[in-house]
Formats: sequence, C-alpha cells, structure tokens
Amino acid sequence: MDSRQHKATFYEEITPNHRWFKFNLREVWRYRDLVILFVRRDFVAQYKQTILGPLWLILQPLLTTFVFYIVFSKIAKISTNGSDPFLFYLSGITLWNYFSDCLTKTSNTFVANAGIFGKVYFPRLVLPISIILSNLIKLGVQLLLLLSVILFRWSFQGLTPEWNFYVFLFPLLILILAILGLGLGLIFSSVTTKYRDLAYVLTFATQLLMFATPIFYPLNFAQGFLAKAIALNPLTPIFETFRFTLFSSSNFEVVGLLYAFGLSVFCLMIGITLFNKVERSFMDTV
Amino acid sequence: MDALKIEGLYKEYRLGELSTGTFAHDLNRFWYRLRGKENPYEKITETNDRTKNTEGEYVWALEDINFSVTQGEVLGIIGRNGAGKSTLLKILSKVTSPTRGSIAIHGRIASLLEVGTGFHPELTGRENIFLNGAILGMTKKEIRSKFDEIVAFSGVEKYIDTPVKRYSSGMYVRLAFAVAAHLEPEILIIDEVLAVGDAEFQRKCLGKMKEVAGEGRTVLFVSHNMTAVKKLCNKGLLLEQGRVAFMGSAEETVQAYYTQNTEVIKTFQIFENSASAPGAMGVYLKKIALSPSDPFIDDHITLDFEFFDAENRQKIAIAFDLLNQDEMVVFGSGATLKSNDSIFQATCYFPKNLLNEGTYSIHLYVNSDGYQPLFSLPEAIRFEITERERTHGFLGKINGVVRPELTWKTI
Repeated sequence: MDSRQHKATFYEEITPNHRWFKFNLREVWRYRDLVILFVRRDFVAQYKQTILGPLWLILQPLLTTFVFYIVFSKIAKISTNGSDPFLFYLSGITLWNYFSDCLTKTSNTFVANAGIFGKVYFPRLVLPISIILSNLIKLGVQLLLLLSVILFRWSFQGLTPEWNFYVFLFPLLILILAILGLGLGLIFSSVTTKYRDLAYVLTFATQLLMFATPIFYPLNFAQGFLAKAIALNPLTPIFETFRFTLFSSSNFEVVGLLYAFGLSVFCLMIGITLFNKVERSFMDTV
Repeated sequence: MDALKIEGLYKEYRLGELSTGTFAHDLNRFWYRLRGKENPYEKITETNDRTKNTEGEYVWALEDINFSVTQGEVLGIIGRNGAGKSTLLKILSKVTSPTRGSIAIHGRIASLLEVGTGFHPELTGRENIFLNGAILGMTKKEIRSKFDEIVAFSGVEKYIDTPVKRYSSGMYVRLAFAVAAHLEPEILIIDEVLAVGDAEFQRKCLGKMKEVAGEGRTVLFVSHNMTAVKKLCNKGLLLEQGRVAFMGSAEETVQAYYTQNTEVIKTFQIFENSASAPGAMGVYLKKIALSPSDPFIDDHITLDFEFFDAENRQKIAIAFDLLNQDEMVVFGSGATLKSNDSIFQATCYFPKNLLNEGTYSIHLYVNSDGYQPLFSLPEAIRFEITERERTHGFLGKINGVVRPELTWKTI
C-alpha cells in the first residue's frame, strides 16, 4: 500500500483539560455501528442457554402482574380507580420495567466494562446509549403484549374501550423516561467508580422509587403528606398520563409532564457532565 | 511531519488504597480549585522509584515527557518494569488522561494493548469479528470488506459460526489477532503483551508489524524483547523512573538500556579479608565470580568459588540454586570442598546451550561437613544471558526455561 494513502487528515489533541459539558454526539455517531453491535450482543448473550429464550420478555411482566393482582387487588384491596386491575398493573409494570432497566443497567457502565475500557478507547457513551436502545426493543415487545391483552379484554371479555387521542403522547412519555433513566444512570455510574457505596444506595433507592410511583395504586389513593411527596416524583405524571390515555381513569396535567421533562433533562445534563469528567480518569480509580 | 508530538507530559497516581481519606482529599482539592488555587496534593508528589518505599501518597508515573515521532517512523519504547511504559501507552490510547501536558496527534490512532477486547464467549466467531472490529474503531462496512481476509488469516473458517467459548485458546487468540491485524490506522500502538503466546503467533505478530511499518505508517512498539526492537524499529526511547532517559536510534537505545541495567547485574564479589566478608562460624566468602561476565546462550559458563577457612574446618559442603527472573529455581547443584592453605576453592562448569536468555541469580548455601547450615547468600551473583543476534527467521524470544540445542533430522 502506498504511504501517501495514509496522509493524515485527522487531528486530535490529548490534554488534561476537558470541557464540562460535551455530549460529543458526532463521535458517538461515528461509532453507531458499535452501538448496534452492543445492542445485538446484549440480546444474544442474554437469552443464550435459556429454554424459553426471548419468551421471558413476555412472561416476566405477566407473572409480575399476576402477583400484583393477587397481593394488591385481592388481598390489600387497593382501588384502581375503576379501571380493570389486570390492565392497570400490566401497564404500570411495563413502564416501570423500562425505566428501572435503563437506570440499573446504565448505572454500572464503568465498573462492569472496566476490562474493555482499560484496553481500548471508544466514546464511552456508546455503552449507556446501547443499553437504552436495547431496552427500547424490549419495551416494544412488552407494549405489544399490553396491546394484545387490552384487545383481548375488549373483544372477548366485554370491557369497554376507554382510550383517548392523547395516546399519541406516548412516544414523549417514553422519551422522558429514557432521559431520566439515562441521566440518573450516568450519575450513579460516574460516582460508583470511586465510591462503591453508591451501588448499594441505588438498589435501595430504586426500590423506594418504585413504591413512590403510582404503579400498583392510583395517585389519588395516597393522602396528605405522602400524596405531595409522590406528586413530586417526576415519574408520577408519566405514569398518570399513560393510564389516562389508555383508561381515561387518571388525571392528565400538562404542568406535571413539563415538570417531569424539565427535571429529566436536568438530570441528564448533570449525568453527562459527571460522565465526561470520570471517563477520562476512571481507569486510575476503578 | 510529526505524526505525534508530546509536550511536558505528566501523570500522577495515588498510592495505596482508596478509603475515607480519598473523599476528604477530593473535597479539599475541590475547595482549592474553587478558589483558583493549585492542587495541594501535587506538591508532595514524588519521583517514581518503586525500589524505595516513600512516604508520599502520590507519585509521578510519568514526569516531563517530551518527544515527537515523525510520520513513518517505528519507535521502540523500552525500559524496566515500572518505568512508565504502560502508562504512556494508556495515555496515548486515551484510556486514561494525563495530569499535565499535551499530545498532538496527526492521523487516526489505533492501539493494541490486548487482542480480543470485548470478545463475548456466547457470540460466534463471525459476530465477534464484527463486535471486536467495531470496538477497535472500524465501521461495519470496513469489517465486511475485510471479513474474508480476516477469516482466512485466522485459519478458523470451519468454526466461524460456533460460539467462541467452544474455541481452543489458540483458536481464540488467532481469531482475535486476525481482527487486530486488519486495522488500518495511520498510527499504530502495540504493547508487548501481544508478543506472548506461541512462537507461531509471535512470528505472525512481528511479521505483521514489519509489514505495517513497511507501508509507511507510524508504529509505537513497547517491548522487553531487545532483539525485536533492534530489528523492527528505527528509533528507540528509553524510559527510566517515569522520565525519558535516552532517545536515539534503536541500536543506541538498546545499548543504553543495557548500560543502565548493569547496576543490578553483579557478576562477581571479591573480599580481601574475612572481617568484611559475608559468612559465619569460621567460613567467609572470599570470591564468587562468573565468567564470562556477559555470556551468550552458547557460551561455556564457569562459576568460581573461594572461601576463607578461618577456624580450620578443613571440609565444607556448598550448594547453590540458580533462579530465573520469575524467582523459580531452574536447578541446584553442590559439592564438598577441602581447604588448602586456609582457603576453600571450587569451580563449577555449566554446559553451553543450557539456559534460555534472561536474567538469573545464584542463591548460595554453605554448610558444614555434616550438612549443618552455616550461612546462605541470596543473589550472590546476578547475571544476564543474551542471545546472539539472529538476522533471519524467527526473531522473538523462544519460549522455555531452558534452551538446549537439540539434534534435528529433516528430509
């Protein structure tokens, strides 16, 4: 090969300084094939050596819904604002699974991939982004499940359709969830590289957040101080809106959604800032 | 044109464990930065010398590194363990960032600190080629266009759709290297870890490097293998305790490395009288000497011993262990000595073509006639065996603890 073909057109500089906020989407775009390959790897690796394979994507929310149905509807008798309890739980679980998977899986980006990160450079954001995408595919499958259960109930079990046109807000809801999950995940992944304690905090915090989100109860079920606290949870308006569009049973407030969106974007900015800072030196501390 | 220019590069590392003190330091550092002051912990940073146990918590792994590499140059980076070679590679590979200084890079850079980074055991060979290629910076299109070449180079065509967890380790490494070998960056950084593995693999690796260098691309090669550095590189850089100790032609740099390391080489010890000599219970070392002091693999090596017989013991039994650089005992040997004029004297002859190239030490044991231990002397001698320069064929280090010359019959 002729050496002139390798004439350098590419220039870069390595310095200790970094810009505080730099999403560097262009570089991530250059590595888009890698994003896709990581998504693929996650799927293939996850269901290898399981008999049911991707069927678990559907079984997991169904089984959880069943447990919720027994515990919260039959035993604790918590109201679902008149909507069908099974659909109520399934819709909540579907959304929650997406958020919590995004959060927990991005939150150990650095620690879990130290082996790769220590040997080769690629924009580190590729990994969390690939996680968000592969979870999006999972969400798609689980939404199909939700849709089929809804259609089944409507056509064969005499349930009256109560959805409304706000259902087209759905992509926005998912976007907010993804931003929030990614943002919080980036924050935790950055801080846990040095202080592993945060990994334990996260497990606990996720659990707490699940109870503070109207997944198996409607927002108006909570009273007094707790109701205010739950309303402050940015996930609340997302879940409420989702239920509103499907069952017309909950409240729909634009302010709540804007609040959730604003807070999510704020988390993402903090997350990216910390991530950019940590990605440059975490190999020395991990 | 400079492909690479490094100016005033420093890298600081923290010693010891991270604990609650870390958090306090972090807060303190943050507070100083907020007020626009210098990092309070940089002042106590010490020069990287792993042989000394220093008080400071921070250490400079690299200190004031300045050099540039011209396009098309093949630079060999050498130095003892802990001299900062790996740190330099990590910074160049953008795996970690420098504490101070800058590196200007003209051209796409690819670094091979390891082969098979990101290989997933559950994925097939085909899937792993794409994944690994993309991790190394290739696009799907580039990989697809080279796919057949990669598979042919690896020689695992038959198993390309089998998960790599079913591969033998040899197949795994071959496939991984095949991907790496088809990278086409303008600047290639290669770590010597690539040169471990079987001889076949080393040959391929070094051959590929030669090819890359021949194409006018810039290569940075970190190695302990002086023969390969001399053969493949046209320039050399010697690192010592995190600083550039020497830079010049590959030949000169290797020479500088050997000169630097004569401190640790100790091919003789001679004592005029028993008072200052190591020893006990009336037996003291007078002389221990290796000849030649700078042996090649095919040299006859002799080891001379002399002891003072201060208490007229008449007879002692001595023995020694020969240890290689991994502190493994390669063999031991011993003899009974009779004194003559109050001096014990003995010479031990090693056959030629016995030991592989490397650094060895002699652990000496002196026992009474009844095999009661009198004293022992670890590292009484430390010497290095080198290989005569090979000009053709396989240039890397041949594996093995010993290097016997075997008889081959070929048709």
